[in-house]
Amino acid sequence: MSSIAEATIDEICVVACAEAFRGDGEILCNPIGTVPIVGGRLARATFESDLVYTDTVAVLPANNFPVGNPDAPKVVESWVPYRTVFDIVWSGKRHVLMGASQIDQWGNQNIAAIGDFRQPKAQLLGLRGAPGNLVNHTTSYWVPNHSTRSFVASVDVVSGPGYDRMRELGSPSNRFHEVRRVVSNLGVFDFQTDDNRMRVASVHPGVTVEQVIEATAFELFGTDDVVETRLPSDEELHLIREVLDPGGARKAEFR
Amino acid sequence: MGAAANIPTPKEAVLPVWAGSQARAIVAAMVDKRMTEDEVVSELKDGMTIGIGGWGSRRKPMSLVRAILRSDLKDLTVVAYGGPDIGLLCAAGKVRRAVYGFVSLDSIPLEPHFRQARQSGAIEFTELDEGAFYLGLLAASHRVPFYPTRAGLGSDMLKMNPELRTVTSPYEDGEELVAIPAFKLDAALIHMNRADAAGNGQFLGPDLYFDDLFAMAADKTYLSTEKIVPTESLLDEGSVHTLRIQRIFTDGVVEAPQGAHFTECPPDYGRDEAFQREYAATARDPEAWEAFRSTYLEAPSHAEYLKALEARA
Repeated sequence: MSSIAEATIDEICVVACAEAFRGDGEILCNPIGTVPIVGGRLARATFESDLVYTDTVAVLPANNFPVGNPDAPKVVESWVPYRTVFDIVWSGKRHVLMGASQIDQWGNQNIAAIGDFRQPKAQLLGLRGAPGNLVNHTTSYWVPNHSTRSFVASVDVVSGPGYDRMRELGSPSNRFHEVRRVVSNLGVFDFQTDDNRMRVASVHPGVTVEQVIEATAFELFGTDDVVETRLPSDEELHLIREVLDPGGARKAEFR
Repeated sequence: MGAAANIPTPKEAVLPVWAGSQARAIVAAMVDKRMTEDEVVSELKDGMTIGIGGWGSRRKPMSLVRAILRSDLKDLTVVAYGGPDIGLLCAAGKVRRAVYGFVSLDSIPLEPHFRQARQSGAIEFTELDEGAFYLGLLAASHRVPFYPTRAGLGSDMLKMNPELRTVTSPYEDGEELVAIPAFKLDAALIHMNRADAAGNGQFLGPDLYFDDLFAMAADKTYLSTEKIVPTESLLDEGSVHTLRIQRIFTDGVVEAPQGAHFTECPPDYGRDEAFQREYAATARDPEAWEAFRSTYLEAPSHAEYLKALEARA
């Protein structure tokens, strides 16, 4: 294991994103955003080698290839144009790790708009694929700017539904729903309470539980006896720095 | 160049090598559907629902979009995996309603002109899950009233679109699903890497997107292309799998080299990122928008637009 002085926060977050895919086996690993993408590639390059991985254009590359270099050589194992991506979403053989402009204690996620959706203060991406993702396969989230503006009491628009919404819908509509983890720049969170509310799974080295509570607009569970997010191994640091993101693109997500 | 003026005649052609060395065949007589951008727009009417192919800032029929911008058309409903097509049409006041799963410039995640239109309340909108959007096109293509999906249950998609209905499975499971209604289109605009004059279209890049469904979902489909080639040359640059637009679904063919500019059109060209940044910046600056509009959008033809591009330092 490497020491904390060696691993930086972006690398710790990359590993925390990679850990989201542990145990997934032979499914489509579909991270969105630079830190999640490096994390997904790291998971496949190390402990979760059965994952298939999208280049987010239209193919599944079978080799380890760096972010930020569209000309990097790819060993193509299959063709996945957008139509096939949707077919895979509906088949369930996918785990998406995507962003959340807002997220609440039940895991409801907003990437559509800030304010009233009829005439928003800020139009964001739109619903994109979030509604379909959440009711069809496992989803995780990446929030690089943990604050009371992103971890909110109530999201303005529900793009990806959380556990309260899915409980209300009930069976059979909720049978494929799983929000596995939320990785932020402060810690890792899951929904492993009796009623599936957000819980602290770990805080990143150098971050205190008080900081996390302060930056969250709702009550967090699991704030006693909190463990630290694990550090990257030497092999992981090598892969991140030399193979998967030699240009350091991952650092740009931390402002 | 109107289609009616041409009486097609069969012709003899030398076939490519795979068919046997120097094999010759009689190619069936096909209608000639070649048109100009302005002739396409003259067939469109105020209030129409128009589908636009491509995805984000990728292989958009931009020469056709610009022809709409310089026309008197108004009150359009625009249906697209949105990029600068929706942004430009919003900025020019052509849009009554936008139907989309997202509107993005890819390398610039948020489309600034579209955002302004939404935030000022200038347009009506139908915002759907992007997979559900595919099913709306598929339903229209297959002439069924809807396709069912789980997508939308639990999210705010149903609240944002109160006209959406759910259906209950008639089988034992009794599952409730969202019924995505058919996106019936009056017209569709798509851009292909190659096509023949009869409207068989070919994509040579990594993704067709949903252009075949746009063509099938529309009463009239107008296809622009980088290059019109003879039918017997369609396999020169791509395998049979790239021939995904059939002429039975197309009504007009426009030859427009760089017709997707500034969006990408691989393998012919990538996105013009510098131009896209300039376009995006005009949303914050009325003077810059005016200059952009007069230089590029008021160019009276695609040929003049290409000249304006060449003159760009």
